[in-house]
Order: sequence, then structure tokens, then C-alpha cells
Amino acid sequence: MAMKKKTKPENRPAAAPAKPLFAKILIANRGEIACRVMRTCKRLGIKTVAVYSDADADALHVREADEAVRIGPAPSRESYLRIDAIVAACKQTGAEAVHPGYGFLSENAAFAEALDAAGIVFIGPNREAVAAMGDKIESKKLAAKAKVNTVPGHLVPLKDAEEAVEVSKRIGYPVMIKASAGGGGKGMRIAHDDAEAREGFRSATNEARSSFGDDRVFVEKYIQEPRHIEIQVMGDAHGNVIHLGERECSIQRRHQKVIEEAPSPFIDPKTRAAMGAQAVALAKAVKYRSAGTVEFIVDKHRNFYFLEMNTRLQVEHPVTECVTGLDLVEMMIRVAAGETLPLKQADVKLSGWAIEARVYAEDPARGFLPSIGRLTRYRAPATMPGVRVDTGVYEGGEISMHYDPMIAKLVGFGKSRDEAADRLLAALDAYYIRGVNHNIAFLGAIAAHPRFREGRLTTNFIAEEFPSGFKGRALDDALRRRLVAVAAVLQRRQSEREAGISGQLPGHGVGVATRLAVTLGGGTSEVGVVAVEPGYAVDGFGRPIVVATDWQPGDALFAAVIDGTGVLAQVERTALGWRIAHQGCVVEATALRPRVAALAALMPEKRAADTSRFLLSPMPGLLKAVAVKVGQEVKAGEELAVVEAMKMENVLRAARDGTIAKLHAGAGDSLAVDQKILEFA
Amino acid sequence: MQEILKQLEEKRGRARLGGGTKRVEAQHGKGKLTARERLEILFDEGSFEEWDMFVEHRSTEFGMDGQKVPGDGVVTGWGTVNGRLVFAFSQDFTVFGGSLSEAHAEKICKIMDQALEVGAPVVGLNDSGGARIQEGVASLAGYAEVFQRNVLASGVIPQISVIMGPCAGGAVYSPAMTDFIFMVKDSSYMFVTGPDVVKTVTHETVTQEELGGALTHTARSGVADLAFENDVEALMQTRRFIDFLPRSNKEKPPVRPTRDTADRIEPSLDTLIPADPAKPYDMAEVIAKLVDDGDFFEIGPNFARNIIVGFGRIEGSTVGIVANQPMVLAGCLDIDSSRKAARFVRFCDAFNIPIVTFVDVPGFLPGTAQEYGAIIKHGAKLLFAYAEATVPKVTVITRKAYGGAYDVMASKHLRGDLNYAWPTAEIAVMGPKGAVEIIFRADIGDPAKIAARTEEYRQRFANPFVAAARGFLDDVIMPSATRPRVARSLAMLREKKLTNPWKKHANVPL
Repeated sequence: MAMKKKTKPENRPAAAPAKPLFAKILIANRGEIACRVMRTCKRLGIKTVAVYSDADADALHVREADEAVRIGPAPSRESYLRIDAIVAACKQTGAEAVHPGYGFLSENAAFAEALDAAGIVFIGPNREAVAAMGDKIESKKLAAKAKVNTVPGHLVPLKDAEEAVEVSKRIGYPVMIKASAGGGGKGMRIAHDDAEAREGFRSATNEARSSFGDDRVFVEKYIQEPRHIEIQVMGDAHGNVIHLGERECSIQRRHQKVIEEAPSPFIDPKTRAAMGAQAVALAKAVKYRSAGTVEFIVDKHRNFYFLEMNTRLQVEHPVTECVTGLDLVEMMIRVAAGETLPLKQADVKLSGWAIEARVYAEDPARGFLPSIGRLTRYRAPATMPGVRVDTGVYEGGEISMHYDPMIAKLVGFGKSRDEAADRLLAALDAYYIRGVNHNIAFLGAIAAHPRFREGRLTTNFIAEEFPSGFKGRALDDALRRRLVAVAAVLQRRQSEREAGISGQLPGHGVGVATRLAVTLGGGTSEVGVVAVEPGYAVDGFGRPIVVATDWQPGDALFAAVIDGTGVLAQVERTALGWRIAHQGCVVEATALRPRVAALAALMPEKRAADTSRFLLSPMPGLLKAVAVKVGQEVKAGEELAVVEAMKMENVLRAARDGTIAKLHAGAGDSLAVDQKILEFA
Repeated sequence: MQEILKQLEEKRGRARLGGGTKRVEAQHGKGKLTARERLEILFDEGSFEEWDMFVEHRSTEFGMDGQKVPGDGVVTGWGTVNGRLVFAFSQDFTVFGGSLSEAHAEKICKIMDQALEVGAPVVGLNDSGGARIQEGVASLAGYAEVFQRNVLASGVIPQISVIMGPCAGGAVYSPAMTDFIFMVKDSSYMFVTGPDVVKTVTHETVTQEELGGALTHTARSGVADLAFENDVEALMQTRRFIDFLPRSNKEKPPVRPTRDTADRIEPSLDTLIPADPAKPYDMAEVIAKLVDDGDFFEIGPNFARNIIVGFGRIEGSTVGIVANQPMVLAGCLDIDSSRKAARFVRFCDAFNIPIVTFVDVPGFLPGTAQEYGAIIKHGAKLLFAYAEATVPKVTVITRKAYGGAYDVMASKHLRGDLNYAWPTAEIAVMGPKGAVEIIFRADIGDPAKIAARTEEYRQRFANPFVAAARGFLDDVIMPSATRPRVARSLAMLREKKLTNPWKKHANVPL
């Protein structure tokens, strides 16, 4: 099982506990965060209790815990969100404290209250702070009072769609309509005009109701070209609050963070100090205890505005741990036990750089729709230098439709931003996942992107750089040459394997081809491949490229030293050659005898079957509604059907004008991926 | 002297031109390669030796005496595939449309006779308009000569047909009697009578592709085993396929080096079987994790998908794999899956290829379509094939093994050598629910009682230990240890000798 080999972070403060903190902690969460909290508990000598739903009976967090308690069926509402079941699990196991992780009940005031009533310590902020900050509107008022910069907006819940339009007009488009209880991108809509405001109100309200059980939404000015930069704060029960610097989380896709880093390439020490001071002021205003995050939106002049405060451990906390050397979970546990913060603001030192990528089970080729299923192959790059993997799954485990499809958080860290990014890239290339689709190549393409490397980020980065979705990183000359060499060596090794077969005609056996025509990325290069110490020389681009590798057919990971540089790629056999994935590029390559390649060039290009007449389900899910009838004429962009998957409603729209000829499925049907929903005439 | 040598080269040059530049271009225009280009891909570089390049037809009717092309529409000979001996013929559509004359047939027969004598596979690349009509019965006789050799060679040397163009009428019956048929999508078709005749006789309107294209035969009729995108892919995959096959029935399958060790444990298989017995899982994963380097050559992947058959290697040696696929029709046996698996098992047995069987079978598919379609006889084919087979047979029951289907799937009773079960196996006459509804018919109105009885039956029979107690299973193994256990078994069985009673041949329920 590939898991966590911790290097630098999570080690300090290391002083042995003077008195035992807690004997046993229950982690009211699942997945990677539950595993991550348990790691710190184990290091501190604290016993751990996992809770799990039926869907998670075999999950990693259950395997890693000292004890595990079943708390209900698969849906979160009936398990991870059930306060009574979790309190009962604490009592049953004698857990003295609960770490809530993020999401689920982490910011639920009623949960903190129930624990309090049962005499169990909540490892998180004081209830008042949770309540005040949990309400987006309330928190803005508080922030304004604490002299924290805020975004212009209307801080009263909207009554109806018409009020949404009216208020939006007053603030001025574009506006953001967001759920009062929201977070994580759910229940948020941008509107550029009245129609979008109306629709945004409706969908945000619906999503807020289904996700948070609270359908209040409000509206505020939408800031263009913004950066998302947040300050990590930590407080104790004795009135001390410090900040641990910032994280930049501007790389987002539809308001979901994709890549986070610390520090921000944009923030100078002066701005950091100013943002930190405001964040601390706000935390102090609510007597904040434990770890929290104050999110700001920053414009290109480094003006920053308070967005919201997350009263929990943040998903992306590892990057802060990497650059501060602190273990935030340990600090949370200590302050929850009543200890004083172990350091003062002046003691906080940032060193190096850390970049985290969220590895998701989703399909970039299908608009990033969630991809569920069994992880038939799963190897995380756990032992690479400067790499941290926080994962909650294992080979043979399941990505369930019931929960967030995050597979892992992968952090590259090093002395400089470039070193961190390079280590992240290498770790992505080594990350071996099969059975579900994943976003590894997409993450690689971002980490290798020149604009990302320059640090020119905004929250629109992905929308601007990948406007029509992700189709793989384009090849430049150097990368193409490198992949040609890889393909040539793969073929050479394959031929050597084949030449080793028994039963050859004595004296007339087979040799291995030394000249190969490598076709990839739309071009063909003829190269010579000869064995040299310590590998192969691939000749065809002027100076030979020397490739040293131990790769054998059947290995999914190709590790080589190419002209002195370490190169990792994932390779998979195709009908005629290989699919090679490397640094965000995914190419189909063939390396054939030149004569065979010449004949292959005569083969006609075949077009995929025409499915444009059909509306296919882009993911497995539940068909919630069909918005059209047989015979109805529809215009491109019109709503056709709604498919629910992963708790998200996905509206499927007409790709073109047409008439509905036939319905293949109805509301309430379960859909497989690519199942026909309806047919155009 | 020099002049004579030059003449030879000229003669060869003329033969190699086939039907001429124009026809070669037309062939390319259809997305097809020429007969000789195909052989260049099939064989190791420079290893093909052509025979009978100068053979010409002997027909004088209908002006044929004026039209002679050396080779007469078929290229024949031998070469090596990864150093191993293989014979082949490749019909040349650019010469008389690849039509089969008496001389053309003689060339094919010559290499088949030689292949049979030395014991080496024959690959036929079919691209022919049919009989040479001008030759009449001489052409028909030619077909029959080939048929006769197909039959005599059957079970002695592997015979592979690659359909790379038209193959219609009587011509289909030579491929039909070979061991495997591969087709090329969009440029090959096989049928007994073409769309025009179909239209006249049955008034059905159907295209060539619908009637006998690669997709039709690999997904619907099951006549062909694999469909490939184009000529190059078909031939390169044929090379890969040949690497799995022994030269003849007198030899063991070839061994290829691998770094994959026999003791590889796959912990993820321990979580493969879902807790809910009604939930499917993908048997292909078990196969991929069993064989060397995950390299599995599946036969008939789009036909009767409720059973998976194909070749892999364990410790470098070829094994045939048969596995019920719970993802499709719950993995049941029906007419198509029985036929598909039976033919595969018989091929493996004929060519000394050990058979590894994975069982998750809820029984035979019920229904009038199945009964009227003779499931009794078709199901019996698979039973017959397993019972008759004398090669090493290792069986692993992963989950359900119910009823008669349990017996069929290489059970101990059919001379299974090693019969293993995963702890998740349920070996019983039927599922607990069905069983209880029969045994406790009186309680059927009482759901509580039925539930209790079902649980009781499940406890008692839905496990591997009842069968293990009788020795019908040799051991219950951890799923994660499947590869090491199967590999050791095959190593132990390598020199297995078992002979059936002498007979002229068995009377398999055809």
C-alpha cells in the first residue's frame, strides 16, 4: 500500500507531551484527511477511532485506525453527517475528543454543541466562532467591524429571483450569487445579466438546499482577474492568535481549487504582513481557537478583500506545513487540550516552496466529470524526495459515487518554486492509477505551463489557458524528441523480449531491428537505436540521445536517464505501439520497421462512429429530469436533461439545433456512461 | 551467362508487379495493401521465401490463354515470425481479382502439405473475388483440395485465416475450418451469398458490411474471432498471436522470457468480490493480474461477452484462459458462450496448451429462445470439450458455481487437475433464495420464515467448504495468492500424461 513517508513537515513542535493530550481521538471523517489526522495521532501516541458508512467498510481510514465504528448507510446524510451516531460512537469507544477533518460536520455548530453536551472535546474552533463565520453574511458584518477589507455587496439573503436581479443591478454586473452556508464551490453562480441572475438564484438556491440544508443565498460584486490568497491562522484558548503565512489557491476550475501553493508568488512581505494582521484581527474578534483560514480575494494592485473564514483545517494545509515545518493537526490537538500555542508570530519562519495538486477521479476528456469505480491499479509516488502524498485509497479500493472523488493530495516541495514544481511534475509522472479516469495529465500540464511557472496566476487561469477543456499538453520540439527516444527504446526492449522466444529455427533466428520509424504527435522520425553503455543511443536528431533504462515490457512506469536527466513516463501497450504519458502530454506512438511504417502510412484515417445524433450520458448517474418531449424543436444550448451524480446536478444542453426524435430513458432511470438518453431526428 | 541471370531478375520483377501499377493503386485506394506488402509485415524482415512465383494458370477458355500473370493471384511460401517457422499464402486481389484457379489452389495446397509434414502453422491472407469462373469445375475442385487439407491439418498444425478483402460463396469454407479467423474492419467481408442474391430470394435489403462485415462476424455471428482497424494492425497482431502458439500438436507451446515472477501477490484481488452477491465485478481484472506482465490475448471479445477466452503466459509458457464474466448476463452459460468456450477448450487441448478456468456462473440462461435454439446440445459441447481434454486443467471458483454449470466449468469430476476456490465461493445446486423456495415451499407466504431459511441455507451451502469437505476442491486459496498457486500447479503438471481410450474420433454433439 502506497502511503505517506513524511519528510520535513509534521515534525515540529516535537517536545514530548508533558501530560497525555488525549488517550483516544475519534476522527469524524473519511478518506485522506482521516488518514492524515491518524498519522499525527499515532506519532503522539494517541489511539484512533474511525467511523465509516457501509460504502467505506473496507476503506483505508478504517484499516489505519485502531478501532472503527459503523455509523450508517452510504449516503453522507445517513452516516458522516449524523451527529447522534458520531456522539454514540465516541461514547461506545471512550474517545475523549473528535477531530472533524474538513467538510461534513467540521463547521457545524450543532455538532460542536452536541459534543460539548456529551463532555467530548471538539478539536476545532470554539462554537461561537464557528457559528459567526459559518454564516457568510454574518461573517462579512463581523469583518467590517474588525476593520477587515470586504468586497462590495448586499449582505442580506435574497427573497426571490426578482430581488436577485434588482440587487445585482444595483451592485453592477458581473455579480456572484452564493450560498450563505456554502463553501467548496457548491451553491455559487456568476451572473453577467438579468437572465443569468435569475437562473443563478434558482440553481444556487437548489444546490444550497441539497448540499447544506440551508437555501439562503446572497449576492456580491464579482471581482475580475482575481487571485485567491488565504491566510492560515492558529489560535489557542488563551487569546493568542498567530498567522502562518499565506497560500495561493488561484488555480481553480469552476471555483474548485486544483493547485495550491505556499508562499504565493505574488505576495510581498509588506502585503503578507498586512493580510496576516487583518486575519489575526478577525480571528481575535471571535476569540478564535484552533486552525482557521481567512480567505481573501486579491486584485492585480495587491488590494485584498475578505471573502470568508473557514473555521476548520483546510484541504490544502500541507503546503503550509511544508514551508513552516509545523504540524497543524498536532497544534489543533494541543490547543484543544488547553495548551498554549508553542510559538509566537516572530517565531514563524517560512522557508522553501510547496505546491500541492489535487488528484481527482475525474475525466478531463469529458468535461472533468467524476469517474467512479475500482482502483484496479494504484501506486502513489510515496518515496520520492521532496514529495508528500496524502491519500485515502489503496489498490483494489473503490472511488464511491457517494463522496467527493478526490484520490489524493500530492505536494512537491523544495528550496525554490521551480524545484517544487519540478518535483511535483516528476511525482505526477510516477503516479500510477488505473480503473478510474483521473486528472494527472491535466495537473502535469498546469505544473509545466509557462504562465504557471512565471507565477502569473488568476482564478481564471484554467478558463483562459484551457478554454475548450483539456486535450493534453501540446508537444514542443524538445519534448517531442524526448518522447521519440522513449518510444524507440520501448520498441527496442519489446523486440529484445520477442527475440527471446523459444523454438526459433536454428541458425535462422530473429535479430532486433536497429532502425525504427517513430510516429507520434503527427510526424514520423526515422532513428537508429544501438546498444551502448549504459543503455541505448537513439540517433536521428544530429547528436545521439543516450537513454539508460531498466524498463522491461509489462512495466507501467518507464524510468530512464536521458542525456543525464531523469525522466519518468507512464507507458501502456496499444495495438501497434504505446500510449506514453509524460508531463501533461499523452501521446500515441508507434515505432515500426521503416518499411512497415511506410505501409502503415497508406492506411486510411478512420473516423469515429457518429454519435452526434444522440444525447449520451456523460457519466454514470441518475436521470433526474428530461426537459423535452418527442417532436419538440430545440435550439443549441437549450436544456435537455438533468443528470445527478456525485451530489451534483449536471444540466445537459443541446449541442445543436434539432428536433427530438426519441427518448431512450426517463426520469428516475440509472444511467451508465455513454448510455443513450435521447435521439435527434 | 550474365544475360541469363538478368533474365531471372526481370522475370521476378514482372511477377512482383502483380496486376500492375494501376491495380496496386486501386488496392491502396481501398485502404488495402497488396499481397506481398502484407507478407512483408507478417514475417520477420527479409525472411519470407516465395515459392511458385512463376506458376501460371492453364486455362484457354474465354480468351484466358492471352492473359497470364506469373503467380496466378496468390503468393505462397514460408518465413519466420520472431524466428519461428510459419507458412503463408496471400491472395493477390490485383491479379484476376484474387480469384481461385486450379493452379492457384495447387500453390496453396503445396505449402499446406509442406507445413503439415514439418509441423508449422499456416496463415492464410484471404482477399479473393471467389472462383475463377472461366475455369469452371477445375476451380471448384481446387477449393475442395484446400478444404480437404484444412481438415487433415486441423488439430495437427495451427491454422489462422486473416480476411482482408472479399471472401464469399464456397471460399468462406476454408477459413471456416481453420482455427481462428481475423478480419479487417470496413475492407473485408464474408458471406455465403451476397446482398444481391439475398435481395432476390428473401427481399431483405442489406449492405455487404451489415451482412458479413468484421463487426457482424465478431459481435453477432461469432464466425470471426477478432476485428482490426486496418491491414497493418491485423498483421502485427497476428504476429503477436503466433508467439502464443506451438508449431504443432507434437510440441509444447513456446516459452518467452519475462521478469514477472511466479510468486507475485496481488493484494487488490482480496477486495474484488463485492459484498453483495448480486453485484457484478470485472473478471478481466483477475486475468490481467494472473498472467505474465498483464499480457492477455483475448479471442472473441465482442461475442458472447458473458465468457472470456484467450491466451496469456505464466512463467513464460502459454496458457489458455476461460472465465465467466459476471459483468455480462451475470456470467451465465448460454448457446453462444458455450460454443465460444467449447471451441477454445478443444483448440487448447489439441495443441498442448494448459487451461486455467475461472468460475463465477449462476447457471444456464433460461428461456424459449435458448431451449428452441438447442442450448442442450450447445451446452453439451462445452461439457464434452472439458471432459475430453487431457491437458493440465486448473480451475479457480471465485464466486458462484451453481447447478449443472458447476459441473461443466472444468470441475473436479471432469478430471480437473487442481480445483481451487476463493473463500467467497458458493458451490450449490442453486442460489439460496431459489433453493429455499423449493425446499420450503410451504413457507412461501411467510417472508420472515423464508428469510430465516434463506440465511440458514446460505450459512450451510453458500461457501466453498461443503465441496472442499468432499475433496471436490483441492484447497481454498486467498484471491491475492492466485498467481503463485496457479503457477505452481502448472509447474507441477508440466509433464502430465493422460490418454483417452483409442477411438476413430469422438462424436462431439455438433
